[in-house]
Amino acid sequence: MGPLVVNEFISPDTNLFLAFLIGIGFGFVLESSGFSSSRKLAGMFYGYDTTVLKVFFTAAITALVGMLFFSLFGWVDLDLIYINPTFLHSAIVGGVIMGVGFIMGGFCPGTAFCAISIGKLDALAFIGGLFLGIVIFTEGYPLFEELYKAEFIGAPTMNEILDIPRGVFALGLILVAFGMFWVGEWAEKKFPREEY
Amino acid sequence: MNEVKKTKYWNPYIGGIMLGLVLLSANFISGRGLGASGAIKSAVVTTVNTVMPSHAENSAFYSEYNESHPGNPMKSWLVFQVFGVLVGGFLSGTFAKRLKFKVEHSPKISSKRRLIFALLGGALFGFGSQLGRGCTSGSALSGMAVLSLGGFITMACIFGTAFALAYFFRKNWI
Repeated sequence: MGPLVVNEFISPDTNLFLAFLIGIGFGFVLESSGFSSSRKLAGMFYGYDTTVLKVFFTAAITALVGMLFFSLFGWVDLDLIYINPTFLHSAIVGGVIMGVGFIMGGFCPGTAFCAISIGKLDALAFIGGLFLGIVIFTEGYPLFEELYKAEFIGAPTMNEILDIPRGVFALGLILVAFGMFWVGEWAEKKFPREEY
Repeated sequence: MNEVKKTKYWNPYIGGIMLGLVLLSANFISGRGLGASGAIKSAVVTTVNTVMPSHAENSAFYSEYNESHPGNPMKSWLVFQVFGVLVGGFLSGTFAKRLKFKVEHSPKISSKRRLIFALLGGALFGFGSQLGRGCTSGSALSGMAVLSLGGFITMACIFGTAFALAYFFRKNWI
């Protein structure tokens, strides 16, 4: 049955309309969880507010387990789900640069759109920066092309790399996530901060 | 008063489950995850195509992009999804009475410093998201949910770097 658009249950234009609705859900959840506040997001890196960790990992394991059940029930064909390709070098260098941007700017692109929708002007500056950074990349592309395309290893999944069943890796990830939630709760008690 | 503050935002685990369900529906309906940086790239490419068509034809990135993405770059899944994010965030902020123009920053720094750092951080994030083929939502979160190796690597690099540098930028936040 799923994914609906790949199996032509819905048309590409319907898919775009549903993208808009999915986006509404995405923005609503981000804002309601507090991701429209840069001080709340940055709190993760100082231990005073680990909302990011809790929401991020709960979301990842919810979607992961959901996909496993959908696949088990025959509702979705996992082979048709897009898996982002792995280019080892650019994944690492890009991730490190994004990490610097995160601690300096206090947002990531999705949360910045969420924050600007309720009037945060620092998010507007961040989005201006995003445009600038992307233009620097696209204009300077010949300089970065080699790094961008280096060490392509296909689109492997973690369980394939470790050669274990998908469900076993998922279980391990859930246990790791629960361990991190415990650390997060501990850190918030140890590094308390007044409301902001 | 204390209770009001506590209920200001959703419980993070509830928020996480809801976000997971949104991500799950994106995968079920469209066979793909969520994202944000790709929408800005669409806007950048559209601007260059419109304002400097000859430049778009002659530079490697734009010509490669236009060749592999026929049609209007703004008619893309991520662009529609990001418009939705703006609407969804606005609705949530309206219900919770959080709509307000402001520059949020630590009391230890000025608004100007906050805005400069936000701009610089945004520029780095924008650049990094292109190199890393997606941002926190597109590469890290959506990638993790489908167990992509690249998603896990990018997630670890983003959060690892931010933790490693947190000490040097502490004045901005605490």
